[in-house]
Amino acid sequence: MAEQRRPRVGVVKLASCDGCQLTLLDLEDELIAIGQRFDLVEFPEATSRRSAGPYDVLLVEGSISTPEQLEQIVELRARSKLLVTIGACATAGGIQAMRNWSNEPEWRASVYPNPEDVESLATATPVADHVTVDAELRGCPIDGRQLLELLTALRLGRRPQLPDEAVCNECKRLGRVCVLVASDLPCLGPLTATGCRALCPGYNRACYACFGPKDAPNTVSLSRWLGDGRAPAEVDRLFALFNGYAPAFREASERAVAVMQPATRRRAGKGEKAS
Amino acid sequence: MRTPTADGERHFDIGQLTRVEGEGRLDLRVASDGTVAARLRIFEAPRYFERLVIGRRPDEVLDIVARICGICPVAYQMSAVHAFEDLFAVPIDPAVRTLRRLLYCGEWIESHALHIFLLHAPDFLGYASALEMARDHLELVGRGLGIKKLGNRIVSIVGGRPIHPVSPRVGGFSRAPRPHELDELRAPLEAAIAEARETVALVATLETPPSDREPRLVSLRHPSEYPMSDGRITSSDGIDLAPGDWGEAFHEEQVPWSHALQARAADGVPYLLGPTARVSLAREQLHPLARAALDATGISPEDLRRNVFRSIVARAVELLHALAEAREIVADYQPPLVPLAPWKPRAGIAAWATEAPRGLLFHRYEVDRAGTVRRAQIVPPTSQNQAAIEHDLALFAPEVLDLPHDEATHRLEQLIRSYDPCISCATHFLDLRVEHDR
Repeated sequence: MAEQRRPRVGVVKLASCDGCQLTLLDLEDELIAIGQRFDLVEFPEATSRRSAGPYDVLLVEGSISTPEQLEQIVELRARSKLLVTIGACATAGGIQAMRNWSNEPEWRASVYPNPEDVESLATATPVADHVTVDAELRGCPIDGRQLLELLTALRLGRRPQLPDEAVCNECKRLGRVCVLVASDLPCLGPLTATGCRALCPGYNRACYACFGPKDAPNTVSLSRWLGDGRAPAEVDRLFALFNGYAPAFREASERAVAVMQPATRRRAGKGEKAS
Repeated sequence: MRTPTADGERHFDIGQLTRVEGEGRLDLRVASDGTVAARLRIFEAPRYFERLVIGRRPDEVLDIVARICGICPVAYQMSAVHAFEDLFAVPIDPAVRTLRRLLYCGEWIESHALHIFLLHAPDFLGYASALEMARDHLELVGRGLGIKKLGNRIVSIVGGRPIHPVSPRVGGFSRAPRPHELDELRAPLEAAIAEARETVALVATLETPPSDREPRLVSLRHPSEYPMSDGRITSSDGIDLAPGDWGEAFHEEQVPWSHALQARAADGVPYLLGPTARVSLAREQLHPLARAALDATGISPEDLRRNVFRSIVARAVELLHALAEAREIVADYQPPLVPLAPWKPRAGIAAWATEAPRGLLFHRYEVDRAGTVRRAQIVPPTSQNQAAIEHDLALFAPEVLDLPHDEATHRLEQLIRSYDPCISCATHFLDLRVEHDR
């Protein structure tokens, strides 16, 4: 194979837990080879050498939740040929997006004695709400195999092959007992994109939608099924987690947050979106 | 950059701190008489976890608080699960307790190996990253990655995946591994124990900058176990509290330069958490292999405690401890008879502290009769170490500020990295800026 210039890769973090970029460092068997095939020019968690770009590929973890991040993402986009969001925070807003239906100043004041010293937007929003995103890796956290597939595809110049089918399909192929049918657990597997190898049903748990909604999920139908024997509020709260701000889950999440935190509710108006 | 100002003060601005988890910077203000004030500026975006858990039930809380930190999610799950089980008086199968220790050992192994080999060792050997270090020290980096992988594998088998495990539940585990599932860990644990012993010996030979301070140390202590999920909150100067009573001796304060609340003892004196504190206070409870390896280094307890740069030795000793304990648990593993005990909520205060890889992690939840969280307080180890870091920086800075800027920055960053700060956790963390004034 002819020697190619190594792609310049950046890995950056916004509002998030570090888990998705840690997934890169968790590719222990492949990390040295990845370092040989890619030029990791910006990855503050792992290297003191810095680069302000330009990047051939930028991996972005985390959601947009401060005024500074709002400016940062526009600048980063301008310096990146390809921008890939990694994980539920960057792709759908993450758990912190639950504040999008609340009174953020009140939240801030309840956590910080001097809220005026804290820089924060009223909302935590996905990267794609602000700039063009070329590809996304789902999951809370992302799956290492999917990250490896993305990197391989980038190196070979082909499209990454990422599944867009329900957890349910994979669960059936793995021969698991259906926790929804057999144990009456409120499983979101029928609606949720796979990538986890149907992890939770394999651990006797209901899927809680770490990878977010699959393409064209029938949320209404599954909610009706789950509502048999459960109060509507009990069904709604299932959605109000790590991908609760994904468009397909948003209505249910908003209702759930209103019930869970009635005192701090505010309407999510379009004008308040920080774009 | 270094900016002299009109009244002879000096100001250092050092960019975003690297090889730490999360975002932060450091401000140093150097007065004309040479005294230094250090401020860790944690500008990691606030995510309001203490509000996000309101209206949630205990098992939801376990899933949510894991997301505070991708490096130590098990710690967050363990502090929360013990808090709830204590309040609800849930009878826990002894085998569940042991399996939780194995899970926690896995996280300590993964987190400590990440820090020792990938984040901290490059400082001592003069590289910008582990990947650059790998060009000259492939065997060392490979060893670190191998041990880290083993820690992740333990967490995966017990918890389902290395980051944000799914099996921990109030009452136990949604699923406990079958004995044969742990068999694959036996040979790698054997090999890793040998490598970790060599690592303790190796990091003890690393040349450290001069450093001398007498820190107040705080750690859980338990009569028969190395501190992890059980025991009493103790200090080097006589604090002795139940694990839910953290608030009786400590409190949180907000400082204007940080998104991380700072925890302080009642008298305002900074205190130190983490491997150095635990190894110093609970040396007697270390696994015999880990204690023997530490003794063999010839490093005195005073040197280990007083020299901040020796933390890599304490961390390596704990890495060995966690591997040795994991080996014993795997060898004797019997699945729990009751992997998931039934429980009923009751109103009250659920509070507990466990030892995250970086130190004591305190959770306190006020819950109603249905078990729904009404108020929450989460105090991560880095919030508690902040004041100690600032204190040590102020002591250490005068020795390096006359060095060329890049070298001064490097030395100060090295000091901060010695604490293995986790900024993602602490927000509610690092760049270095030095200001000379007053």
